Amino acid sequence: MAELTYRDAVARGIAQEMTRDPDVVFLGEDVGKAGGVFKATVGLYEQFGPLRVRDTPISEQAILGAAMGAAMTGLKPIAEIMFSDFFAVCFDYIANEFAKSRYMSNGQLKCPLVVRTGNGAGSRFGAQHSQSVENWCMMIPGLKVVAPSNPRDVIGLMAAAVRDPDPVIFFEHKSLYPTKGEVPDGEIVDRLGSASIARPGKDATMLALALMVPRALLAAERLKAEHGIDCEVVDVRSLVPLDTQTILGSVARTHRLFTVEENPRLCGWGAEIVSIVADEAFYDLDGPPVRITTPHIPLPAADILEDIALPTVDRIVERVRRSMQS
Amino acid sequence: MAKIEDRATRSKVAAPGLNDDIGEEMRLRLFRSQVLLRQAEQRAFDLFLQNLVKGTSHLSLGQEAVAAGFACAMKPGDLSFCTYRGHAHTLARGVPVEKVLGELMQRDNGLMRGKGGSMHLTSAKHGVMGSYAIIGAHLPIACGAAWRAQYKGQKDVSVCFFGDGTTNIGAFHEALNFAVVWKLPVIFVCENNLYMEYTPIGDVTSVKHPAADRAAAYGLERILIDGNDADAVYRAAMVAYEKARAGDGPSLVECLTYRHSGHSRADPAKYRPEGELEKWKERDPVKIYRERLKQFGVAESAITAIETDVQRIVDAATEACKAAPMPPLDILTTDVYADGGFAWRN
Repeated sequence: MAELTYRDAVARGIAQEMTRDPDVVFLGEDVGKAGGVFKATVGLYEQFGPLRVRDTPISEQAILGAAMGAAMTGLKPIAEIMFSDFFAVCFDYIANEFAKSRYMSNGQLKCPLVVRTGNGAGSRFGAQHSQSVENWCMMIPGLKVVAPSNPRDVIGLMAAAVRDPDPVIFFEHKSLYPTKGEVPDGEIVDRLGSASIARPGKDATMLALALMVPRALLAAERLKAEHGIDCEVVDVRSLVPLDTQTILGSVARTHRLFTVEENPRLCGWGAEIVSIVADEAFYDLDGPPVRITTPHIPLPAADILEDIALPTVDRIVERVRRSMQS
Repeated sequence: MAKIEDRATRSKVAAPGLNDDIGEEMRLRLFRSQVLLRQAEQRAFDLFLQNLVKGTSHLSLGQEAVAAGFACAMKPGDLSFCTYRGHAHTLARGVPVEKVLGELMQRDNGLMRGKGGSMHLTSAKHGVMGSYAIIGAHLPIACGAAWRAQYKGQKDVSVCFFGDGTTNIGAFHEALNFAVVWKLPVIFVCENNLYMEYTPIGDVTSVKHPAADRAAAYGLERILIDGNDADAVYRAAMVAYEKARAGDGPSLVECLTYRHSGHSRADPAKYRPEGELEKWKERDPVKIYRERLKQFGVAESAITAIETDVQRIVDAATEACKAAPMPPLDILTTDVYADGGFAWRN
């Protein structure tokens, strides 16, 4: 067991898979010699060499297209798109190519690849380098979508993503890179499509993803200490496949549902989950499900504005308290 | 319109004849391939008129020499990446006519059992790694397949066919730079048929030759050939394949050609100046190749035998497709994910 940053966990997760399988290759802008702009891939170039860790031009379409062609024909590429906002310039591959080739070819083509990307706010980078765009990918049939919240999950879900036969979009949260967590020694392999209960509780279920998980946990501590409300925090981890059973099981125990989402309100991931709960567990609920989200805005650069845009611990506590006590 | 001789660099071969560098056997293959593509595409058009082909379809009538020339220069294991105008390139790799027409007719015997349609013909076992209907998308994908070959030390080459309109989209330029920098075994083949969809390519492009004139920007040789002459295409393809297999990187080949039909089934091509089609039909690739074979001493009966045999194959495929059932409804939700289904939750 060792304490590791989320950033170092990315490199360890990739290294674990590259060591295991010589068909795993890694490409992206500044990922090799420079070790990544977020320093999340330091050491890989030195360890695996320039044929397996390849610096690319600033050509997001070429990066994802090349990853797909390599995946179709026998490699297991990991491609980095530096900021998830840049998905918009290469979205054809994500939405039309990776996701559809198996279906359109009636199963003749495969696309086992991972696209990892820096997602989310907190760095004061403004509207084009800060978005949470996991919902852009969640809606596309054929993709799998994960977003780990801690170093251990980074390694385990990276391994699961690389070993998965389908295209996986792997959202790393930029504001989590410096955070630390305990990580067991040796190989870690997790499973896609499994949520985890980050904090058990009996009064309400709070669903959270990525950066919102530590915030939901802090909010849960305060709700318990200050208001006597005992929240269960579920780290959703995987949007596709979605672990509906864990979510429905939690709601069946607590009878209340809150989602804590960094994505802007419209069509955020929580909306889909709330609709599932409304369909399948309506009579388990003692009150209306509540979504706590970023408002329907592009993100601002100024710190005082960005801070109030995302769900804060204060806002989560206040919204849950108000709802539970009404 | 400029004459083809002004627009293309014609191959100059010493002592042309049946036993030159191409040889009789390959020439008969090139001819047979072009006849097959012509007859199959013509049949696809006839089947539209009978309302047996649904949806859209983009024919390669008039462009057969490019598909035949490149396919005949390939080795087994080489990979083709096509556009939505991909029937000819798919058939040229040896995919049975029945599988292609069946897909166009949305039958269960089609290449993808009706799940892909005309614009997405795929036959992985023949090296046809998909037909892509988003302009430019498959150029980077072909780069990736070529990267795999380079990485694994495999000798196959990836070839990517696209139209003139593709040269103005970003992925074209990203892929060319990428392929050159990584020295990938990939060949980019531009079929310049003079029209994007409805608009002449020259009206919207900064250079006269949309692919060839851009080659220098990527440090590549300017290659402009007569795309209606299967011999010229075959020779250019052989050079490009040799270069790729030797580890000397990509080629960009612009083939001048002309489509006899509209952009798609919905397009009667009324935007073309009067007489243009007729002029190009004088240089119909199938017709000129047939004449060449005769000039080289191939007997009329041998030529007719090929044409008759192809006719028989296309007729039999047509009847088989007409008799084939529609796909079963349960394939609607298969093969979304690798587990064979479409489950996104537990």
